[in-house]
Amino acid sequence: MSVTTETTYSSASQAMPIGTPRHHIIIFAVLLGLLLIAPFLLYPVFIMKILCFALFASALNLLLGFGGLLSFGHAAFFGSASYVTAHAAKVWGLTPEVSILLGTGSAAILGLLIGALAIRRQGIYFAMVTLAFAQMVFFFALQAPFTGGEDGIQAVPRGNLFGVLSLADDRTLYFVVLAIVFGGLLAIYRIIHSPFGQVLKAIRDNEPRSISLGYKVNRYKLAVFVMSAALAGLAGSTKSLVFQLASLTDVYWTMSGEVVLMTLLGGMGTIFGPFVGAAVIVTMQNYFASFGAWVTILQGTIFVISVLLFREGIVGVLSKWIKKPL
Amino acid sequence: MNFKTATLAGLAAMLMTGSAMAVDVKLGVLNDRSGIYADLSGEGSVVAARMAIEDFDAASKGINVEVISADHQNKPDVASTIARQWYDEEGVDAIVDVPTSSAALAVSEITREKGKIFLNSGAASTDLTGAQCAPGTAHWTYDTYALANGTGRAMVESGYKNWYFLTADYAFGHSLEANTSKVVEETGGSVVGSVRHPFPGTDFSSFLLQAQASGADVIGLANAGGDTVNSIKQAAEFGITQAGQALAGLLIFITDVHALGLETAQGLVLTEAFYWDLNDDTREWSARFSEEMGGSKPTMVHAGVYSAVTHYLKGVEAADSKETEAVMDWMKSNPSQDQVFGEGSLREDGRHLHDMYLFQVKSPAESAGDWDYYKLLSTIPAEVAFMPLEDGGCALVE
Repeated sequence: MSVTTETTYSSASQAMPIGTPRHHIIIFAVLLGLLLIAPFLLYPVFIMKILCFALFASALNLLLGFGGLLSFGHAAFFGSASYVTAHAAKVWGLTPEVSILLGTGSAAILGLLIGALAIRRQGIYFAMVTLAFAQMVFFFALQAPFTGGEDGIQAVPRGNLFGVLSLADDRTLYFVVLAIVFGGLLAIYRIIHSPFGQVLKAIRDNEPRSISLGYKVNRYKLAVFVMSAALAGLAGSTKSLVFQLASLTDVYWTMSGEVVLMTLLGGMGTIFGPFVGAAVIVTMQNYFASFGAWVTILQGTIFVISVLLFREGIVGVLSKWIKKPL
Repeated sequence: MNFKTATLAGLAAMLMTGSAMAVDVKLGVLNDRSGIYADLSGEGSVVAARMAIEDFDAASKGINVEVISADHQNKPDVASTIARQWYDEEGVDAIVDVPTSSAALAVSEITREKGKIFLNSGAASTDLTGAQCAPGTAHWTYDTYALANGTGRAMVESGYKNWYFLTADYAFGHSLEANTSKVVEETGGSVVGSVRHPFPGTDFSSFLLQAQASGADVIGLANAGGDTVNSIKQAAEFGITQAGQALAGLLIFITDVHALGLETAQGLVLTEAFYWDLNDDTREWSARFSEEMGGSKPTMVHAGVYSAVTHYLKGVEAADSKETEAVMDWMKSNPSQDQVFGEGSLREDGRHLHDMYLFQVKSPAESAGDWDYYKLLSTIPAEVAFMPLEDGGCALVE
């Protein structure tokens, strides 16, 4: 824990005065380049899934890694946004961009409601409060007539972007998803490196001191909670258009656990860690699917190994090696 | 090994006869291989599909069948990614099994979009052949209507008139209760009450006591999976069946009974499409199945996979191609006949019709040994076992 904190702390002190570090720009550029050619080499739907979960994990990381708040109920935002988007696109017949905005917006509102209550508690109590609210959202999704119970909302039309560009083709949709997710990642990067982000890190590292410096700590916490919820919602909305479905899996508590796993595995408090974590977990779920029961066993083993051997996560360890924040 | 020898023998036979026809078919068995449905579908479904291919002697008929499998972890998004990838990249022609309604409906939609074939055996939702029916989708083994209807009708006819429901409080439980209530009332029974329990539930004692106090002849368990198993366990602790009330499981499989043990599950009444000890054919087939599966007997889902793949291969042979429309047309216009389900037919909405059976779980004293679990109470003829065509609301039906 202390090591992670230190690395990020030093990242802050380095990053602020000289602007964006060059190696971050290079990594972003390389990542974008790879993602642009990826659909021609790999299966587009699979990479879209990685992208959606990467954004989801990065949203959680914004809260956990930089705000120091462990939410165990992020599936509530991811799932409710995917239901809203699916419903808007299927029943109301809205265009994809409006549906996604509605989904994201509803996740933000939900984040405001849950966050306002949850941030009053700290540590394990914060995690339990978020989990409790997430369970309420799960029960709502289970009972409400429009969610289709355990069948979920199926056959969601992908529609036409801005009413003109058809997204039925996987590659076309891929580039739209890439734009959304990359935009989300850049927004998170910007938030982390803004003065707001610096205050967040100060609160994370020493809350009483931040209070004594005159910061209204709860406002910062609430703000980052809502941002994180909205970005998780953006990921959920996008996902529901990619898979053309919204189901109980998205709001179930295991989804909250999975995204925490992705974040920890990739590297909590790093910029690129959640992306790597999401890619590893989704790849395992997909390509190891033919190994049957081994998927969950492998997932567990990898988690245990990462906790025992490299607690900073994959990217955290890399960052320690090259002695640069990633 | 068997499969390999059969394939080789088939290939040799094909070369000798110089058959002109050669169709390569790829089947993808997509189900739960690690979670709660792994026992009732899982590897057993792959074995059943392979057995169907061997028994059909596909290779000698010029059909080369390859089977691949994957675990959808009961997640619709994983199922959906795998299904798309199989159709787009692996060249899969038909996806088989797929338990969990949300995953099955997702695969059905993708199958429609890609113009392929989906032979579902593991899922329960009537929507697969109802509101969300698709031209390439066949729903083979059972559905919630068939189970509710079978158990409800047959029990009222055997004198269990007054029902009390223990219902899981969500859409699935409600529809199971509504379906069963309807048939109970139609056949002259009555519903004296019901109680809803939260989903997923763990403590059913207060609900069971209410059910016991109601004095009903039957307590209908309108729930599934872990909820059903737990409510049966707790009912056994209260001695409900010993006291004279019957317990009716509306969605329960032989693997659940196996897990519960006869001591706990005895007296339970349930509907299934298949039981290994029905007749000589099913006994012979099940013996071969358990040889490959380390001794465990097949569930109705496994049997359904066998039956569906058999009928599908016949369709491919008759159509001399694997083209979806031709194969589905043949499958729907010709009766099915196989070792496990006997005679059956595929309705135009994709619903497969066959006899269903009402069983009662034996007491430990009645059971002759491992897997000797059920006694047959009655046979529900195919014509009345499933939801009438006009009630499903399938758009394929004019």
